[in-house]
Amino acid sequence: MDKSLDWREYVITRAIKASGYSAILFVGLIFIFLLREGLPALADVPPGDLLSTRWYPIENYFGILPLLSGSLVVTLGAALIAMPLGLGSAIFIAEIAPRWLREILKPLVELLGGLPSVVLGFLGILVLSPNLRTLLDLPTGLTALAGSLLLAAIAIPTIVSIAEDALDSVPQSYREGALAVGATRWQTIWRVTLPAARSGVLTAIMLGIGRALGETMAVMMVTGNAPVIATRWNSLFMPARTMTATIAAEMGEVANASTHYHVLFFIGLVLFLISLAVNVAASSVVFRQKKRAERILS
Amino acid sequence: MKQLAVLSLILVLMISCAAPGTGTPSNSQPAASIQNKGSDTIVNLALAWAERYQQIHPEVRLSVTGGGSGTGLAALINGTVDIANASRQIKPEEVTEAQSKGIDPVEHVIARDAIAVIVNPENPVSQLSLQQISDIYSGKITNWKEVGGQDRPIVRLSRETNSGTHVYFLETVLRLGDKENKTLFSTDTLLLPSSEGIINEVRQNPNAIGYDGLGYVPRDLKMIAIARQPGEGYILPSIATVNDNSYPIARDLYMYTAGQPQGAVAAYLDWISSDEAQAIVAKLGFVPVK
Repeated sequence: MDKSLDWREYVITRAIKASGYSAILFVGLIFIFLLREGLPALADVPPGDLLSTRWYPIENYFGILPLLSGSLVVTLGAALIAMPLGLGSAIFIAEIAPRWLREILKPLVELLGGLPSVVLGFLGILVLSPNLRTLLDLPTGLTALAGSLLLAAIAIPTIVSIAEDALDSVPQSYREGALAVGATRWQTIWRVTLPAARSGVLTAIMLGIGRALGETMAVMMVTGNAPVIATRWNSLFMPARTMTATIAAEMGEVANASTHYHVLFFIGLVLFLISLAVNVAASSVVFRQKKRAERILS
Repeated sequence: MKQLAVLSLILVLMISCAAPGTGTPSNSQPAASIQNKGSDTIVNLALAWAERYQQIHPEVRLSVTGGGSGTGLAALINGTVDIANASRQIKPEEVTEAQSKGIDPVEHVIARDAIAVIVNPENPVSQLSLQQISDIYSGKITNWKEVGGQDRPIVRLSRETNSGTHVYFLETVLRLGDKENKTLFSTDTLLLPSSEGIINEVRQNPNAIGYDGLGYVPRDLKMIAIARQPGEGYILPSIATVNDNSYPIARDLYMYTAGQPQGAVAAYLDWISSDEAQAIVAKLGFVPVK
C-alpha cells in the first residue's frame, strides 16, 4: 500500500514537474527557432537598411521602422482605451454592482472575450471605419485608431476578467477595516482594495496588452496596412501597418530561406523581444510592490 | 479572400460528392484528384470551372484554393499542387528555384483579364490618363481637384504586395511599362489583404481610388475610362475593348504545371480551352482567349 502510494506520488510529481519545465522548454525552442531563421536577416540586409523608413519587400526595401512604429501606435492607443475602461468595469463588477448584476455581467464579459477576432474585424470594416471617417472627418476610416479600438475591445475582456478576480480575492476584512476608520466607499476602493490587488491588476493589464500586441487578423483588416512611419501627433488618425499584419500578409508568399523570409522572422524575433520586455518590466514592478506591501503588513 | 476560397473549396467538395449521381451510380472512389491553387484573381473562375468539370467528369476530384499568385507558384515549386494559378508570368528567380528542385514549369494561358480603376460613384472624375493614375499612386497628385474633381484628399488603395495584381499594376501603370522606371507606390497607399476590402472602402469612401480585376467590380462602383496618352481616347474596360487591345491595362491569366501536363491534368487543361469553359470565363467578367 505504502509502496504503491510512493510510486504513484513519484510519477505524479515528475509529471507535474515535466509539464512545468515543458513551458520553459517550448519558449526556449521557439526562441532558438526564431534566432536561427531571423538572424540571417542581419547578414542579408545591412543594419542601416533594416533601420530605414521604407518597407517594400518585393523591391528589396526592408526598413522595419514603419512596422515598429505602426505596432507601437496601435498598441499604445489600445492600451490607453482599454486600461481605464477595463479597470473601471472590473471595479464596478467586483466592488459596486449588486450580486445579481454581477452574476450577469461577469459571464457576459467573458463571452465577449471568446468572440473571434475576425468577427470583430468585419464589424470594424463595415461599421467602425465608415463611421470613424464621417465622425472625425478623416480621409479614410482605415486608420491606426480603428485598430486601437478593435484591439481595446479584444483586450478589455481579458483585463476585466483577471482584474475582477484579483479584486475579488482581497479579503473582506480590508474593506471593513477601511470603512470602520471612516473611509468613503471611493477611498476604500482607491486606497485599500486596488493597492491590495495590485499585482493581479497589473497582470491583467499586461495580459491584455499582450493580446493586443500579438493580435493579427482584426488589425490587418482595419488599419489600412500602409507602412508609414509615425512622426506627427496625428499618426493615430492615419493608416498604419503593424508587425503582426506584415508577417501574416506576406509569410504565405515568400520563398523559403530568401532574404524576405529571414526578415519576416527577424520581425517575429523583435515582436518576441518586445513582449518579453513588457513581461519582465511588469513582473519586476509586481515584485517590488509585493516587497513594499509585505514591509507595511509586517 | 482566403477564408472565402476555403469555404468555396468545401462547397465544391460537397457538390462533387452530391451532384454527380446521374452518370456513374457509385462514385465513392474518384479516379483522379487535381490540386489547384494560386491567384485570388483567378480563384472564382477556377472554382466555376472545377464545379462544371466535376459535373461532366465525376471521377475527377478538383480542389481549388486561393492565396495569391506567389503562393500558388511556391506550392507548385514545393510539389504540393498540380496546377498553380497565376495572374502574372512566372519570375526568372522562380523558374531557377523550380529547376533546382527538378521541376520545369510549363505555362498555359487560360483567360484574359483587365484591371479596372474604380472610384466612388459620388466622385465626379470619370476619366484619367495612365500618367495621371501613375502620379496619383506614386504620391505626386494628392488631391482630387488636381485631376478635375472636388477638393478632397486622395486615398490610394492597393492589393497587398503578394498579389499578382499588385505587381502587374506597379509595372504597367505606375512605371508605365518602362523597365528602367523605378517609381514606387506612395508609402501611405493602403495595402488591403483582399479584393473585398478594396471594394468595400471604395463603396463607402468618396476619397478613395482603387483597382481590381474587371470580373470583381460590382455594378454600383464607378469605373474610370483610361487613355494611354493624355490626347488619345479614354476607354472604359469591357470584354470588347480588352479583346481589341484598346483598353490599356489588360493581361493574360495563366495556369502553370510541373512539366508537360499528363493524364487527368492534361484532360482538364484541354477542357479549359474548350468553348464551354471559355463561356464561363465571359460569364464571370473575364475575357475569353480566342
